[in-house]
Amino acid sequence: MPTTTINGQQVEVNDEGFLVDPSVWNEELGAELARLIGITMTDAHWAPIRFLREDYAVMGETPTLRRVQTQTAIPVRDLFGLFPGKPAKKMAYVAGLPKPKGCV
Amino acid sequence: MNEQQPRLLVLGAGTAGTMVANHVRRRLPHWQVTVVAPTDVHDYQPGYLFIPFGMNSPEQIRRSAAAQLHDGVTVVTGEVDLVDADGQAVQLVDGTRLDYDRLVIATGTTPRPDQTPGMEGPHWHREVGEFYTREGAIALRDQLATFEGGRLVMHTCELPIKCPVAPLEFTFLADDWLRQHGLRDRTELVFVTPLDGAFTKPVAARELGHALEERGIVVETDFMVESVDGERRVLTSYDEREVPFDLLVTVPVNMGADFVGRSGLGDELNYVTVDKHTLQFAPRPGAAPHPEIFAVGDAANLPTSKAGSVAHFSVEVLVGNLVDLDRGRPMSHSFDGHANCFVESGHGKALLLDFNYETEPLTGTFPLAGVGPLQLLKESRLNHLSKLAFRHVYWNALLPGRPLGLPSAMSMAGKHPE
Repeated sequence: MPTTTINGQQVEVNDEGFLVDPSVWNEELGAELARLIGITMTDAHWAPIRFLREDYAVMGETPTLRRVQTQTAIPVRDLFGLFPGKPAKKMAYVAGLPKPKGCV
Repeated sequence: MNEQQPRLLVLGAGTAGTMVANHVRRRLPHWQVTVVAPTDVHDYQPGYLFIPFGMNSPEQIRRSAAAQLHDGVTVVTGEVDLVDADGQAVQLVDGTRLDYDRLVIATGTTPRPDQTPGMEGPHWHREVGEFYTREGAIALRDQLATFEGGRLVMHTCELPIKCPVAPLEFTFLADDWLRQHGLRDRTELVFVTPLDGAFTKPVAARELGHALEERGIVVETDFMVESVDGERRVLTSYDEREVPFDLLVTVPVNMGADFVGRSGLGDELNYVTVDKHTLQFAPRPGAAPHPEIFAVGDAANLPTSKAGSVAHFSVEVLVGNLVDLDRGRPMSHSFDGHANCFVESGHGKALLLDFNYETEPLTGTFPLAGVGPLQLLKESRLNHLSKLAFRHVYWNALLPGRPLGLPSAMSMAGKHPE
């Protein structure tokens, strides 16, 4: 696994740049990961990211967009506005979590 | 539990439910087996795909559900209202209460056009079609009969769906059908997917992506539909892309049965949360365990394809475990996520995919006793003939529980790892 330095912190990432170990994540690192994909974090961005972190800690897997919408009442449309193009993947990336379980 | 005659209650009489009941009846003859189904209809669902193209008649794929169940299996016609897991009983809508010692949920997955704004408008089953129900497939056959060219769009709303290769198959068959009817050069064929490629697994996505490209099919990826406008004939995504159509063939959002959600046994899409190896109910954190509840086939949240082959292989594992439990042993059978899918590619050919939780579909050959090696991820006539022959196998061997010579665990024999 490649190692990279983000925000002065050495972290392991996979081929797609996702953090390998979710436990090394903190909000400073999250903000820097967001910056790397062109996103400036605001309170509106942090709400779903904090939900992702909390939900992952309990459920052991990255929530789907549908789960984020039902659990936080943030409409999917807004998630597309905050994390354009591929919100599920981008939110997981910023939250330092694995890509949501590939649909099979 | 009643030690002499344990009561097994099976919800659903599709592929998985019918197989569970028949296998248990045969292997545990001292059990009382009851199946609950809403109607007496059992459709051979892979046949829906062929109806729009006149390759199957609607009559050929429908039989009585009760007639597929072995003697000694009790059939209750009714709709499930709730599973009272604490009380070990199932409540039907008509008020009937059925007690169980073990419960197997096999109520599958259902297309839910109501989940996408605009889908069920006046154009539903007309310019906005689908082929996941028998009536939808018949309506689509009638639409194609008067189709004169334009934009034919094959669209998938959200994963998971039943038979994730079917949208590709429909596209390939439509390409072939349009050529045969002299309409292909007047038709733009478009494949719209929420995924970033033609399929979920990389090697298969590459091979199937080539097949789409060769046929001049336009692919629109990462498209998460927000609404359908039947009047303007456009699909709109959450990121405000529009895909116009003359004839839309959509795969609505798929969901498990509502009673699963109401009973607190499911995930956001009402799929029963199970241990992916034993098929035993696995409560979400904080919820109560109910080790007497199991789910198989499409009704379970297994991280593999929702497909008849998965129903088949997972039932064999489940029944093995029910036998273990009956004998007072720990469950010794483990499901590996094995799926085995023929993909119709048109021109009388098909591809074959074989994979499990760990191994994605690979190229190579698949050994099949009595038929010979089948080509994996490559078009062949023999794959197509095998797919056509399967309807006979389904009614006469699979549902009654006769051995097919297909092991439930995936094998690497003949495969080419990349």
